[in-house]
Amino acid sequence: MTGRTSTLTARLAVLARPGRARALAGFGLAAVLLMAVAPVLLSPFRLGLLGKFLCLAMVAVGIGLAWGRGGLLTLGQGVYFGLGAYLMAMHLKLADAGPGGVPDFMLLYGTGEVPGWWEPLRSPVVALALVVLVPAALAAVLGWAVFTRRVRGAYFAILSQALAAAFAILLIGQQQTTGGTNGLNGFRSFFGYDLADPVNQRMLYLIAAGVLIVMVVVARQLMVSRFGEVLVAVRDQEDRVRFLGYDPAAVKTAVYVVAAVMAAVGGALFVPIVGIISPADVGVVPSIGFLVGVAIGGRATLLGPVLGSVAVSWAQTTMSEQFPSGWIYLQGALFILVVAFLPGGLASLRTTLRRRRRPAREEEPGAPAPVSSDGPPAADLLPEGSRA
Amino acid sequence: MTTPEIDLAAADALLGDDTARFRHDYLEVRGLRVEFGGFVAVRDVDLTVTQGDLRFLIGPNGAGKTTLIDAVTGLVRAAAGSARFGGTELLGRATHRVARAGVGRTFQTASVFEELTVLQNLDIAAGARRGPATMLRRRRATPDAVEQAMETVGLTALRDVPAGVLAHGQKQWLEIGMLLVQDAHLLLLDEPVAGMTQAEREETGELLRRVGSQRVVVVVEHDMEFLRSYADSVTVMHQGRVLAEGTVAEVQQDPAVVEVYLGAPAGEPATATEGPA
Repeated sequence: MTGRTSTLTARLAVLARPGRARALAGFGLAAVLLMAVAPVLLSPFRLGLLGKFLCLAMVAVGIGLAWGRGGLLTLGQGVYFGLGAYLMAMHLKLADAGPGGVPDFMLLYGTGEVPGWWEPLRSPVVALALVVLVPAALAAVLGWAVFTRRVRGAYFAILSQALAAAFAILLIGQQQTTGGTNGLNGFRSFFGYDLADPVNQRMLYLIAAGVLIVMVVVARQLMVSRFGEVLVAVRDQEDRVRFLGYDPAAVKTAVYVVAAVMAAVGGALFVPIVGIISPADVGVVPSIGFLVGVAIGGRATLLGPVLGSVAVSWAQTTMSEQFPSGWIYLQGALFILVVAFLPGGLASLRTTLRRRRRPAREEEPGAPAPVSSDGPPAADLLPEGSRA
Repeated sequence: MTTPEIDLAAADALLGDDTARFRHDYLEVRGLRVEFGGFVAVRDVDLTVTQGDLRFLIGPNGAGKTTLIDAVTGLVRAAAGSARFGGTELLGRATHRVARAGVGRTFQTASVFEELTVLQNLDIAAGARRGPATMLRRRRATPDAVEQAMETVGLTALRDVPAGVLAHGQKQWLEIGMLLVQDAHLLLLDEPVAGMTQAEREETGELLRRVGSQRVVVVVEHDMEFLRSYADSVTVMHQGRVLAEGTVAEVQQDPAVVEVYLGAPAGEPATATEGPA
């Protein structure tokens, strides 16, 4: 038995870097579960729900990078989620209306004419490009302006939240062109495919699952790369990084743009799967909601944000079915509990317990704990209170 | 745990040979003035430090030593004056651009990246000029300079240990190692031996002497014994001004220095109690 284990270990070691084989196996397993098992086991309704959760989890992957690794507490990811979602929704409305047609709500509330800034979105290619480019550009400009002025910590959090509030208010105020409080809904087709057809719904789910897996792969690469190491360095000792010749503003802006694009793609896929996007999905409350799952799962880990986000979404749906108004309190309580007692999230539960049991064990040299890879969150290696 | 030791041979490999580099760097500060509100922290300071001259900067608390370093490295804005290194004006540049001009510094409290390993700390220090393609990939092999720096500061065995669990002296060595791989040609060290054991001080002193022969080094230090053992020259600051400059022996005999350190002679008003203008 031991002999077989050791040959296996030796064979795995051939795959060179530690963690790589495990990661490959993990991604394979996740792909099988999400793309082969779930569609068989779940009813079309539940599968649609899971698809929605996966879209929200894409936002979480970005927050995990920006907040967990980069220390950027973004309370306004709803803006980027919303930009991606609205751009996609606008394209779907125009496509439904046909060439030169006018979306239904504009005939009801507006002038009956399509505003000029909607027109480019008639083209599917332009729409897809804008879904990525608009949020990326906004995040780049905003991030650069904010980070070069050394706005950080709580000030950045408040600023990002104000942005989410302003974005939602702007959408509500523009009923003629954005659907106002109702948002955009009633989509009939997605790039020519009928959205009422269960086969197409399943295809949308599979696209969402595939995109999420790709995002996690990208996040992993960013975490283990040199950029990921510098990112952690910027999070913990911004000034020191500056004295080594890096511009922390550039590092932060880069990760902020990545998080924004991930949120936007999540939003763009959310629209055809859920069938509606409204200001209630992009404002302050959903923006904080994105964060809760990330915090509970473990913000600095690779899978913590995804699993936390899906778990919270699932709990929210289940709870809301039974206690419609109770969920928001439970969500708040969970968030407070995690922040107060388990700053590393559930992913750090094991290490936290182990440390409680055996306090202050000297780390053996030569037998180090993995730090910035996808091992246990490195925060646990430090005494309480030594991290902001 | 074996006691890490400074490896001077590795330091030589890392620092390179002066004739190979064929240049003599020097730091030239002229008329430097730093104000905070109305308070003048550094006034009209002239300072020239050349390669091969291990310069110590001393003075009572509040003399402006750290502020001087802060101004040179772009952390605080200078009101007037210039600070040139290798023909480049440093004042008015963003901190990270000063660093890219070859200036490295350490802080009074060792500031390493505690969650990252020794290797990662040094690799980051070595990599400010890396392009996006390198940044987005994983580190495949340890760069030579990083390997040599680990040898130099005796942390090779601890390469994969998070810097946060290092002993205090090891953290300070790691910081010096980071300056070396950063390829800083002007090293500004703020109390590098504070909190070190006697043995560690001696090793650090030897290393600084070695580094000082190939680089421009300014050390802010309070430890007089350390200063006497390793300083080539000393600049004494007091109330934002340069009070005296010279060899250790010269400075120790300077009446103004004696006055500041031992108190004013009877009959004269103590300058130390005078507020700045």
